Amino acid sequence: MIGSDLLGIENLERSDIERILHTAVHMREVGEREVKKVPTLRGRTIVNLFFESSTRTRASFEIAGKRLSADVVNFSPSTSSMRKAESILDTARTLDAMDPDAVIVRHEVSGVPKCIADVLDAPVINAGDGAHEHPTQALLDLFTVQQEKGRIDGLTVTIVGDILHSRVARSNIYGFLKMGAEVRVAAPPPMIPPAIEELGVKSYTSLREALDGADVVMALRIQSERLAGSYFPSVREYAATFGLDRSKLHYAKEDAIVMHPGPVNRGVELAHDLADHRPSVILDQVRNGVAIRMAVLYLYAGRKRERGQSRSAS
Amino acid sequence: MNRILLRGGRLLDPASGRDERSDVLLEDGVVKASGAGLAASGAQVIDAAGCWIAPGFVDLHCHLREPGQEYKEDIASGGRAAVAGGFTSVACMANTHPVNDDPAMTDYILDRARQDSPARVLPIAAATRGLEGKVMTEMVTLVAAGAVAFSDDGKTIMDSGVMRRVLQYSRLVDVPVIVHCEDRTLVADGVVNEGPVSTRLGLPGNPAVAEEVHIARDLLLAEATGARLHVAHVSTAGGVAMIRRARERGICVTAEVTPHHLMLTDAAALGFDTNTKVAPPLRSDADRKACREGLVDGTLDAIATDHAPHAVHEKDLEFTQAPPGMIGFETALALVLDLVRQGELTPLELVRRLSTNPARILHRPGGSLAPGAPADVVVVDPERRWTYDPAKGYSKSRNSPWAGQTLTGRARLTFVAGRLVYDVERGVVAP
Repeated sequence: MIGSDLLGIENLERSDIERILHTAVHMREVGEREVKKVPTLRGRTIVNLFFESSTRTRASFEIAGKRLSADVVNFSPSTSSMRKAESILDTARTLDAMDPDAVIVRHEVSGVPKCIADVLDAPVINAGDGAHEHPTQALLDLFTVQQEKGRIDGLTVTIVGDILHSRVARSNIYGFLKMGAEVRVAAPPPMIPPAIEELGVKSYTSLREALDGADVVMALRIQSERLAGSYFPSVREYAATFGLDRSKLHYAKEDAIVMHPGPVNRGVELAHDLADHRPSVILDQVRNGVAIRMAVLYLYAGRKRERGQSRSAS
Repeated sequence: MNRILLRGGRLLDPASGRDERSDVLLEDGVVKASGAGLAASGAQVIDAAGCWIAPGFVDLHCHLREPGQEYKEDIASGGRAAVAGGFTSVACMANTHPVNDDPAMTDYILDRARQDSPARVLPIAAATRGLEGKVMTEMVTLVAAGAVAFSDDGKTIMDSGVMRRVLQYSRLVDVPVIVHCEDRTLVADGVVNEGPVSTRLGLPGNPAVAEEVHIARDLLLAEATGARLHVAHVSTAGGVAMIRRARERGICVTAEVTPHHLMLTDAAALGFDTNTKVAPPLRSDADRKACREGLVDGTLDAIATDHAPHAVHEKDLEFTQAPPGMIGFETALALVLDLVRQGELTPLELVRRLSTNPARILHRPGGSLAPGAPADVVVVDPERRWTYDPAKGYSKSRNSPWAGQTLTGRARLTFVAGRLVYDVERGVVAP
């Protein structure tokens, strides 16, 4: 049974994930119509509460909400002004008093969506918190793999790059493992989180070994300006050792697909031609992102809840 | 003449090794006598059957926040919380505003304490001016003013040259230099123990090696200088092992551990409760067990609370932004009684680590029920069950992960200098 908030993949059951993916199939069909709009969430208010700047994810949620006929409000307080003005919980309580039907939260610090969910009546959808989770990204990645490969069970998925700072990696690790895939991670050692294997993945420092037999290769964005010189020596050396190009991709299965959560640093984690053409499915991921977010909004914001009953007063 | 006879309790006096059913007579601020069947002869008689009678607890490590942050705590509220937890003396860290790096500030704290605090307050002065890790403080003058130890606590002195000279100079005054061992370059932005929990939460990890590197450095400097080093709130198995080896080699080092590092692991942070954010962080279960073993075998001499009050609005922030620390005076005893219930420590040995050893480390009277010792005494009901509500406690702050929990064991009566200051049925009764 799906809970009242979508805070992460870690606490979802496999059946919850399957239900969301199944719903997304129908939502994708809506996006292929000439009139891409259904009245499902008419009269509902969805707030995009983005403390951390984001254009792609916010636009994806906004389009998803609008295709379901919800009223979507964007609220993007900058964290610097927040610090002086009011705490996140004050912001959450203020929003709650306006009776939204769902609040989508992104924040640069892990745990903030959970803390907001603890005080809000409305369902909270995590749109990315720190290096913790980014559940809708993982769901759209699962959906894309499902569409491409016809299954997830039994596949080998290799995630390459800055695992340490990546919420996309964590949510995908939980998601692919729950769906029966084998998950590997590969990165320079400073970017492999301690005890990562306790999550059930295999960790590699050799890209060649990590790619051997992989069905899906997922490259992560490297924050080169922040990390070069401390977590790896230089962008040039990173691109040479962990950047994906067609020759390195030969280590993977012949029909392997390449994924990336975007935006891509071209020539760093992905070679230029690989970013634009098959086997890369990056734009399919973006397209599927709208369908997944429609499914999530439908399942979480579409339910009528008795105010105050779902949560004890806090 | 103020005379109180505690009748028929279990006397626990680690200083003499006595653990026996006994009466204790307090008279004129000192312990007058103890033994079976003492004559009342005009004294106020209090039945202590079923309770422990122990020397009052001495806390080597707390933050009273006065002057400067009285919205979190002040000497009056902190002193009241202390006696409600059975502490009769508390040593307060120097990170007030302004910093306690000047004899006038030490004077001020002692003066406030005399007026406002039912517990004795023992000021720890800064080791360097402004806690900046550069210029050492006037240690001789500060000790003359009443400072009992020196520490920059959480503002760890990273410059090894400064640390060496602080330790060398401290030999003039023969008081401990207390060190919060965390290499700040290894801590970096870490907010929870680095390990499976930091990986799952996606929060920056603070590795055990950050503490271990710094303990290693300070043990070497203590050996080289012959100073008295006291390691605050040890949290890692590696730290415990190094301190154990150093003592075997005769290095003059003592150490403390907090109730929260004895009771909790980093798993407590899994719900993002900022009340579990402390420095050093809650560690792995292996670290927690090593700390308990270190306390049992005497490597870690004392239990200290690191009572660190913060206001609700400060803790209601993002995990990375909330200040580290939890309050501890009122819960410490109930928590560490777990060591007795688990059979790891006898009641006598627990009291030694709460009272006798910390008093010895600070060279203070107390920690003893010998005739003539100050009548700083706690009567403990080890079986009393109670529910902890920080809002009803004496601290001004509420940052405790044990809020709402039912605990077992509580101070029933606390006496300072022979005067009843706390009675669990009536609350703090003086001043």
